[in-house]
Amino acid sequence: MSHEALIAILLLSPLVGFILNGVRFRSSNYILAGSIATGAVFVSFICSVMLMIDLINAPVDQRRLAANFFEWIAVGGFKVNAGFVVDQISSIMILIITGVGSLIHLFSIGYMHHDKGVTKYFAYLNLFIFNMLILVLGDSLLTMFVGWEGVGLCSYLLIGFWFSDSAKAAAGMKAFITNRIGDAAFIIGMFILFFSFGTLNMFELNALAPTTVEASWMGAATLGTLMLFIGATGKSAQVPLYVWLPDAMAGPTPVSALIHAATMVTAGVYMIVRLNPMFVAAPNTMMVIAIVGAVTAVMAATIGLTQFDIKKVLAYSTVSQLGYMFLAVGVGAFGAGMMHLMTHAFFKALMFLGSGSVIHAMHEEQDIRKMGGLKKYLPITHFTFLMGWLAIIGFPLFSGFFSKDEILWQAYASPRGSVFLWIAGVAGALLTAFYMTRLMALTFWGGSRVPKSVHPHESPAIMTIPLIILAILSVIGGFIGVPHVIGEYLGHIPNYWADWLDPLIRKLPETGAPHTAAEEWGLMATSVSLALISAFTAYRIYTNNKGTNEQIAKAFGPVYNFVNNKYFVDEAYFAGIINPLVKQSQNLWMYIDVNFIDKTTHVISDMTKGAGSLARSFQTGNMQQYAMYIGLGVVVVLTFVLMR
Amino acid sequence: MLLSVVLFLPLVFAVILTVWPQKTTIRQLALGLSLIEFLASLVVLKNFDQASAALQMAEQYAWVPRFGISYFIGIDGISLMLIMLTTFLTPIIILGSWNSITDRVKGFHVALFVLQTAMMGSFLAMDAVLFYVFWELSLVPMYFIVGIWGGARRIYATIKFFIYTMAGSVLMLLAIIFLMRLTPEVTGGAVSASLLDFYKLQIPFVAGDFFTAQTLLFFAFALAFAIKVPLFPLHTWLPDAHVEAPTPGSVVLAGVMLKMGTFCYLRWVIPLFPEAAEYYAWFFVALGVIGIVYGALVAMVQPDVKKLVAYSSVSHMGYVILGIFVMNQYGVNGALYQMLNHGISTGALFLLIGMIYERTHSRMIVKYGGLASALPIFTIMFVIVTMSSIAVPLTNGFIGEFLILMGTYQYSPLAAGISVTGVILGAAYMLWMVKRVFFGPKGEIVTHAEEDKEHALHDLSVREWVVMTPLIILIFWMGIFPNHFMDYSKKSVDHLISNKHNYTLEVK
Repeated sequence: MSHEALIAILLLSPLVGFILNGVRFRSSNYILAGSIATGAVFVSFICSVMLMIDLINAPVDQRRLAANFFEWIAVGGFKVNAGFVVDQISSIMILIITGVGSLIHLFSIGYMHHDKGVTKYFAYLNLFIFNMLILVLGDSLLTMFVGWEGVGLCSYLLIGFWFSDSAKAAAGMKAFITNRIGDAAFIIGMFILFFSFGTLNMFELNALAPTTVEASWMGAATLGTLMLFIGATGKSAQVPLYVWLPDAMAGPTPVSALIHAATMVTAGVYMIVRLNPMFVAAPNTMMVIAIVGAVTAVMAATIGLTQFDIKKVLAYSTVSQLGYMFLAVGVGAFGAGMMHLMTHAFFKALMFLGSGSVIHAMHEEQDIRKMGGLKKYLPITHFTFLMGWLAIIGFPLFSGFFSKDEILWQAYASPRGSVFLWIAGVAGALLTAFYMTRLMALTFWGGSRVPKSVHPHESPAIMTIPLIILAILSVIGGFIGVPHVIGEYLGHIPNYWADWLDPLIRKLPETGAPHTAAEEWGLMATSVSLALISAFTAYRIYTNNKGTNEQIAKAFGPVYNFVNNKYFVDEAYFAGIINPLVKQSQNLWMYIDVNFIDKTTHVISDMTKGAGSLARSFQTGNMQQYAMYIGLGVVVVLTFVLMR
Repeated sequence: MLLSVVLFLPLVFAVILTVWPQKTTIRQLALGLSLIEFLASLVVLKNFDQASAALQMAEQYAWVPRFGISYFIGIDGISLMLIMLTTFLTPIIILGSWNSITDRVKGFHVALFVLQTAMMGSFLAMDAVLFYVFWELSLVPMYFIVGIWGGARRIYATIKFFIYTMAGSVLMLLAIIFLMRLTPEVTGGAVSASLLDFYKLQIPFVAGDFFTAQTLLFFAFALAFAIKVPLFPLHTWLPDAHVEAPTPGSVVLAGVMLKMGTFCYLRWVIPLFPEAAEYYAWFFVALGVIGIVYGALVAMVQPDVKKLVAYSSVSHMGYVILGIFVMNQYGVNGALYQMLNHGISTGALFLLIGMIYERTHSRMIVKYGGLASALPIFTIMFVIVTMSSIAVPLTNGFIGEFLILMGTYQYSPLAAGISVTGVILGAAYMLWMVKRVFFGPKGEIVTHAEEDKEHALHDLSVREWVVMTPLIILIFWMGIFPNHFMDYSKKSVDHLISNKHNYTLEVK
């Protein structure tokens, strides 16, 4: 099959699935709905695999399969096609989206089978996949933006899926509006780039990207990329726009796995990697990205320490891990950022689905204080979750280890890196190991705190099979990109990942002396051992230790309270921005529209009326009065004439 | 001949309806006739040459030869789409008002058809006096539609609407007479009211001096049109008119009438007074930007859904003014597209609000809540139209808004930076409303409907499906294939942008 046809099927299959389920959205036949939706995504997965094979077989300089379907917008010099490209970067993304997506669809059949809106749910899920594919395959920033807003819309619909709960509907709305703030900046970024470089096609932009770095903050590449990055902070939940993601956990758990962990939230990272030559030309933007990434990684991790909702812990963990990815791309380690994007997609999707399995088993209970000792009831869920845990804390040779280690190393060794970024990264790793171990201990290990009325049970095969596959990927996924020093040590394992992406990555201008392998080993040993110590500490504190939370809360006092309340960021936004805005809008309406413009109009109309009635008052129809007016007039005129 | 047929058919229909003997078949007849009119306009569309910027299908007959006044009409890429919008919306309006207009059915449809001719006349007229006649004529049926079939405060609203618009038109009439007196310069002695002769005038312009001919004439016209748009701060008649108007009245008002104002900037103001328009563009850009933000903020705090949508119109029309006055290809093409979008999506919103009002007799947001579970299809339609209104990509709204912002950025990054907040605020006021009306726990109205079988809520009827489907199709069609629509107007817009200083239209 031609690659145009493959790309068309890849894109349209989920759309067809959406329509098939969408028109019969009232049906509660979960088998049919689930089969259509899962089948649709699986077809896309097959297409992705075939495209990947084509790509691998192509010579390195021809690894770009393009399909131009029609001209979308053409006004003056501004032309955007419905054009899609599969290359080294987007091929990885479509494999993740459709692969992990298929597994999550499969899992959803089990998870959502009792829900009345199951057909609608699967329709939305397919629509999401469609938009996500447009996002990653679009060859211009504007086609990317179509998917970018489209996934936001699906996210809105799915977060507010159980819309009769006001809080859940509000969470969906919050996600959309917060994303819109980023999107507004994204739009401005597109304008800056278009009017400076004359195109929005990303391949043309990359070719036109300045080869000398811009020192100024006001350069086109710097301002343009900075605006795009603000867009990314919305979509990818970075400081200061991350606030919607924890609330987004109101949606069904597989949605959290698919949209709010594995795919949509990584769009910002993908966008930066896609446009890496432009970002490399803008060191100031890259510095901002690295700092925002590092701050987010640490800040979200600290909040994760205090949460008791199993999904909220994972949500803050996601924010934090996304921070790592931005830290990576911010120091120019685009390959490492992409690598962490992939491994994170595996292990975080795994853990979210695992948490779904737990919630399912616990009859919709999400509070980990009411769990404990679930290991013996949910052996498969526990074992697969364990693999995810080992991956995220960076246990050597698990997938997260390779990607996280590479990011930490680059944060230190890259020409755009610094020791401070490395310290922040290690702090994040330490905290991650702690809160993830705490989550494991409170949920699966130690004594049971499960209420007597609940009888936990392992989930059916349709839910555990995706867990097992994701667990395998979380364990071995890292070997595709083994860092050089480790590869050498283990016996000349090449870094397939870096070789694959290399042709599309612009090199940073080198400065200073190269770093040594010994340095790399030393830093790696430091971060790994710190993380392991942290994990062990958490294990000791939280396993079989009742009342720990109160003790910790007491020990840290106001600091704990501050962190536990998520640094009061939501409250600050409400007090500082939203409430005043609504109040002032009320005032605008009352004072400008009602009391000023309308009052003025009424005064004018009253004056007109007044003048009219004044004129009318002379016309009484009384002959004597008229005679008097005439007489007076004659007197006035005569006086005037005679006085001259 | 074709163009005259399309222009006057509705008037003929009005006469037919007046003498139609049967009371019970008025609606059916009106619907059928309006569809004939739509088909006739499709013939115009088919015969239109999109590769030409000329004035096409022009017709000119002497009317008052002594003053050079003629019956002169013609169509170009700028007016074509607005004519199509008018003929497309009319059958939808008739079908949409099937149940809401129960009193004086005949009179209502007569008024509607007269209004249709009047509105199309102001798009097609190429003679200043003829234009003025149509422009003023459009006020009369609208005055009655709001005044007779409107809500409780309909008299206040309709008089406010009438007087606001009249106040603007008076200055415009003076300006037209003044321009006619100038025409002997270019016609070789005879007075003319032809717009093509007006275009030839070189009206003296002194930068910075307000009391000079071109500047004064510019503001006389601009003011009349600004009231119609309506441009901040002349907008307060609109929320009142919308709230009091019956559903079909709101749809015509938002769908077509407001565009008469913005269209006339392109047909009259910019080509007639190019220097003044350029010199004072910043002023209108500023008002447009203020309108966008102000309309959105005020919309956010409205307790009445219809008033919310009315204020959202102020915001959306601010975008249109912005696109027109940045005077580049992106802005003007976007503005023209946004006029169509606004007609479709705001028209659809008013229709939907009308449907729910017929069921519940309330438009107060606080009384709603949880409507989505009671009326799922209605909710889906409403959310789709909302997406169009807040310009989500692949809906029509996105194309217009994006192009306008792009044109604005080229004109002034600062103005683009401020008006882009409309993208955020638009999402905020619409989604907040959607959340309060459709989501959350069941509100007063839904609970009441559930308890009382007589007032049970029914989802869309077949008729309502038929009303909404064409609109929904257009929302996506225009969003995915904008070229199918924009190709008709690109040449004319291009012609206007590049030749505004000595603008003329070739007649074909």
